[in-house]
Amino acid sequence: MSYIEIRNIFKIFGPDPKSALELAKGGADKDEILAKTGHTVGLHDVSLSIEQGETFVVMGLSGSGKSTLIRHLNRLIDPTAGSISFGGEDILAMDIPALNAFRRQRLGMVFQRFGLLPHRNVMDNVAYGLEIQGTARKDREAAASKWIARVGLAGYETKFPDQLSGGMQQRVGLARALATDPEVLLMDEAFSALDPLIRSDMQDELMKLQAELHKTIVFITHDLDEALKIGDRIAILKDGKLVQVGRPEEIVLKPADDYVQAFTRDVNRSKVLRAQSIMTPSRSEAKPLDNVSFTVDVDTRLEAILPQLITTGDRSIIAVIDRNECIVGHIHRNHILQALSN
Amino acid sequence: MFPEQLNVPLGKWVNQFVDWLVINYGAAFEAFADSLLTVLVALEQVLRGAPWWVVLITIAVITWHASKNWKLVIGLVVAMFAIGMLGLWDKAMQTLALMIVATSLSVLIGIPVGIAMAMSNRLRAVMLPILDTMQTMPSFVYLIPALMLFGLGKVPAILATVIYAAPPVMRLTDLGIRLVDQEVLEASRSFGASRKQILFGVQLPLALPNIMAGINQTTMMSISMVVIASMIGARGLGEQVLMGIQRLDVGAGMEAGIAIVLLAVVFDRIGQAYGKRSQRSPNAEDA
Repeated sequence: MSYIEIRNIFKIFGPDPKSALELAKGGADKDEILAKTGHTVGLHDVSLSIEQGETFVVMGLSGSGKSTLIRHLNRLIDPTAGSISFGGEDILAMDIPALNAFRRQRLGMVFQRFGLLPHRNVMDNVAYGLEIQGTARKDREAAASKWIARVGLAGYETKFPDQLSGGMQQRVGLARALATDPEVLLMDEAFSALDPLIRSDMQDELMKLQAELHKTIVFITHDLDEALKIGDRIAILKDGKLVQVGRPEEIVLKPADDYVQAFTRDVNRSKVLRAQSIMTPSRSEAKPLDNVSFTVDVDTRLEAILPQLITTGDRSIIAVIDRNECIVGHIHRNHILQALSN
Repeated sequence: MFPEQLNVPLGKWVNQFVDWLVINYGAAFEAFADSLLTVLVALEQVLRGAPWWVVLITIAVITWHASKNWKLVIGLVVAMFAIGMLGLWDKAMQTLALMIVATSLSVLIGIPVGIAMAMSNRLRAVMLPILDTMQTMPSFVYLIPALMLFGLGKVPAILATVIYAAPPVMRLTDLGIRLVDQEVLEASRSFGASRKQILFGVQLPLALPNIMAGINQTTMMSISMVVIASMIGARGLGEQVLMGIQRLDVGAGMEAGIAIVLLAVVFDRIGQAYGKRSQRSPNAEDA
């Protein structure tokens, strides 16, 4: 069983969700239910398993239900039907005090428009989660200082949110979410409101932090490039339904339907595909190849291989090695061209 | 003509109800009235007993604390001084005591009611028409039963003032809490804040500018009630206006009117300065 298990979640908005639920379970789609009952389907039979320590991205356009979905994980929204568990614990069964304790100790959340407390300075914002937990002032300020420095805002402790740029405000949001040392980080379009360059910086920063912290991150975005860049796995939502779940390569190479394909058309494949996903696996009995030009790691992305190709001949072969330096497969120059031109 | 058979004797019922209240609960009302009166009389004695320059200095200190603006301090002290020059100092102090008690009572009742209205849509739906009624009902209508319950004097004047002046602080507390950014609330909930932590840590601080505006309006409305309150025996500047009307003494009426306006200006400016202070982030101060 996975760390976070979401099973058959339905969320229907309206005065009498139970009546529309039967229709939805019968297979009626969003428009049909809206026309017949006036209820809006937010999520339609969504099931997901999220592993501990992975960065799981939920991607969808506005109205796809992605923000609704992430709010189910800390029960800012309760489902109409279905079950959600964290480490085997049913969070829907929790009463209010248990739920608050769960939110305090195990979850951190980052918001699209930052959600900072405008009447508190950076220090007090970052220490907010610890303050709610009842941590003594000295201890929470020590922890907050550490995280403020960690996100690169040392010296800004006494500034107020409205005195900071968008990127800096979101660093405060990130530090605030991390200060309680939660197991799970929920990020709701956390970088969508930022300028492209700053967004890219923040993505790199998050990946760097994640490489050390190994939190379970659930990241919501409408930007496929962002999803492919930071996600270990990606779920694609459309009209409240799950369309596809898979590793970035799977999404790009094997789109589940036309909808996903349309999304992936403009993706820069060299940034997504890794050596492993396009190599021809070696059989153990195969004799070593003699015309190998160079070797790459299985996780190397194509964008890193391309520059090396320029200096090698047409018939050159690239050997792919795993972490133990064993050759696990090889790539012909033509494989790469093919993968990029699809 | 509207058929007489259809008339409802509402007036008779109300009279019977008030009689019933007076007969059965007269003692309880009197006890309540006495405690209110004790507070008011004590405050009045302090204000009237204090040398005029102590009152002026107090006003100056409060204004400075609220605004950090020397010009405003001087302006308000001059306004209070002018009331003294009109020969109405003592009456102004009586009015001031009445106003402070009525406003405090309005705020004490109004803020919790406003918070409850923001928490419950149902309560809000019930309260809004009641607040409309409180503000539009001619005040003489409830002065009469108040007189019957509490007798002539200061207590019914305070209650009539509270009925008239409490709605703005209730409305603006409700509005202020409802206007708090949803994402900030969500953030606070997502960190596991309890309802109490959210109310005192997020909702009330962020609603403060609106609440201050409500308190300011409530203060202004309680000043405007002083003339009417004087008709049921509350002393002070209103009494002077009433006397001017009765004796056709235009000058006396005008003097008292000007004094009321000056008092209103003083409290409005102090209230607004506190309102502005609650809006700006503490950092703007040292900037």
